[in-house]
Amino acid sequence: MTPFTNISSIAVPLLRDNVDTDAIIPSREMKSTGRTGLAEGLFAPWRYTDVATRVPDPGFPLNRPEAHGAQLLLGGANFGCGSSREHAVWALAEYGMRCIIAESFAPIFRANCIRNGILPITLDRAVVDGLAWQMVDVDLTTQTVNADGQTAPFAIEEEPRQMLLEALDAISLTLKSLPEIDAWTAADRSRRPWIYAGKAA
Amino acid sequence: MLMTDLPKTLFEKIWDTHHVAQTAGGAHLIAIDRVFLHERTGASALKSLAASGRAVRDPARVFAVMDHIVDTRIGRGDDTLMPGGSAFITETRAATQAAGITLFDVNDPDQGITHVISPELGIVLPGATLVAPDSHTCTQGALGAFAWGIGSSEAEHAMATGVLRLDRPQTMRITVTGRLAPGVTPKDLALHLLAEHGAGGGAGHVVEFAGDAIAALDIEGRMTLCNMATEFSAMTAIIAPDEKTYAYLAGRRYAPANFDTPYWASLATDDGATFDREILIDGSSVAPMVSWGTSPEHSIAVTGSVPKGPERAHSYIGLEPGNAVAGIPIDAAFIGSCTNARLSDLRRAADLLRGRRVAPSIRKALVVPGSSAVKRAAEAEGLDRIFTEAGFEWRASGCSLCFFAGGESFPEGSRTISSTNRNFEGRQGPGIRTHIASPETVAASAIAGVIADPRELAR
Repeated sequence: MTPFTNISSIAVPLLRDNVDTDAIIPSREMKSTGRTGLAEGLFAPWRYTDVATRVPDPGFPLNRPEAHGAQLLLGGANFGCGSSREHAVWALAEYGMRCIIAESFAPIFRANCIRNGILPITLDRAVVDGLAWQMVDVDLTTQTVNADGQTAPFAIEEEPRQMLLEALDAISLTLKSLPEIDAWTAADRSRRPWIYAGKAA
Repeated sequence: MLMTDLPKTLFEKIWDTHHVAQTAGGAHLIAIDRVFLHERTGASALKSLAASGRAVRDPARVFAVMDHIVDTRIGRGDDTLMPGGSAFITETRAATQAAGITLFDVNDPDQGITHVISPELGIVLPGATLVAPDSHTCTQGALGAFAWGIGSSEAEHAMATGVLRLDRPQTMRITVTGRLAPGVTPKDLALHLLAEHGAGGGAGHVVEFAGDAIAALDIEGRMTLCNMATEFSAMTAIIAPDEKTYAYLAGRRYAPANFDTPYWASLATDDGATFDREILIDGSSVAPMVSWGTSPEHSIAVTGSVPKGPERAHSYIGLEPGNAVAGIPIDAAFIGSCTNARLSDLRRAADLLRGRRVAPSIRKALVVPGSSAVKRAAEAEGLDRIFTEAGFEWRASGCSLCFFAGGESFPEGSRTISSTNRNFEGRQGPGIRTHIASPETVAASAIAGVIADPRELAR
């Protein structure tokens, strides 16, 4: 994972509500148990006029010349709804996306973004709409989105902020609390023995 | 009054019980009692865990099943209709063996869809926390557990550490008063909620379903309702355990021999406890519902007509505002999924299909039981014959055509009526138009060859 401090990118608009993870990465594009080789399948049904032969649809925003190398995607309400497939985020990351600004996010998708170094930012729809095709600076240290001389502050909880800024590995971090986890589990075994009982004989 | 004496919600009690520590960033380490994996996202989590040199902390509390891309044709093996799908099966099998995890394999008698077999086997329990890399894990909140869907990385985290790092979610209570009318099901209630409050209406909240109409539901109906909480963008849903819950779990394979019923009963939301949001629904006002568009929020009473929605949804689904919903011709019918493929679902659909045939215009009709146990029980009652005599194909258990994985689909250009949970563009195959509804509405529509009100047939 790459630390996220700030990026400067053109903002590619996909300003539809309820963009689901089936659209971001269709099930048929998840061809292996690995986490790579997914970028080509990103938005496949919308991005290609013919999915099998990968003929690009020139009308799809990511296929426009000015979108080349973009790291910032704009979305509508409830972005990333549907299946929990982390492949949606892996595909976006592999494609080069570092940040998504949307009116709102589905909760599992948002958590998956944070675990993979993609910054999910929630802003009012009017602000999101105004960023379309703008050159945008996103700064996580100051928690601001800046475009065309305008600055919009954004909120993010402290824990995900730190995770993204320092590209922290959540598991390593949690394992530092192992003594507390062990103590809790030992106490719980006497409190709720039935949780640990296993299969009936 | 002490802090601990403040009235608490069901969710807050489970949260507090499982609270291990607070992190420097203000998040919380919440203990995870059960992890459930499937072959589509589970192998990935286990492989990543192994690659990092870490072990599963307590393999006895981790379970896995083959459900997502297994072939559902009778007599199946490891081969899948999805190209390359067998690798997911063989790699999951190898990874679970290496990790010492209980696996319900392709032809295991306990095999079935995760959210059908976890309750069926008593793996999910009231007051427990359970996570799975699958959005429909919210289904299992019907048993009074705090159960929610996560990504593969979080599944890896839960297995490696026994906890997850969470920001405390907001809470919502949805109180459903009165009773659902005859012929109206929990699926209709879920679609009603989505139509009224939107697919983003739950916005990361933990939703408690409460009220007389919820208490009156059987456990399988509660599962159907909770199943759709992810379509509402809720973190999950939960229903207080009661006598029905205990009766349902009694004697289940992994359920404890002696229930701690006083403890489970004490989990119910206290009088005076507050929620961040409250929604009130009059249960008697709910009608049989059908989706008309490409989001579950695009749902309408079967007696209604298509409202004005996003242009994209209208053009994909091929329906204009003002079109009557009843009478829309359909080409295919599907009864299955973690939403509506339990024994009670199959019984209610079979009741309508008994002695009848699907319309000649139906090009494909499938019934896929939610678990191998449901399949056996249905066959013992002769339900399989009712379905096949009506023109439905009877399959082995799995997620099947709830989604298209690159293998089997519906005939090109089909409009399907489906007891599943998602009507997204392309969800059941490229260009396939999906209308989601209750199993009764699917059965009635298959007979009529057009979207039909099941109450008309039942009379």
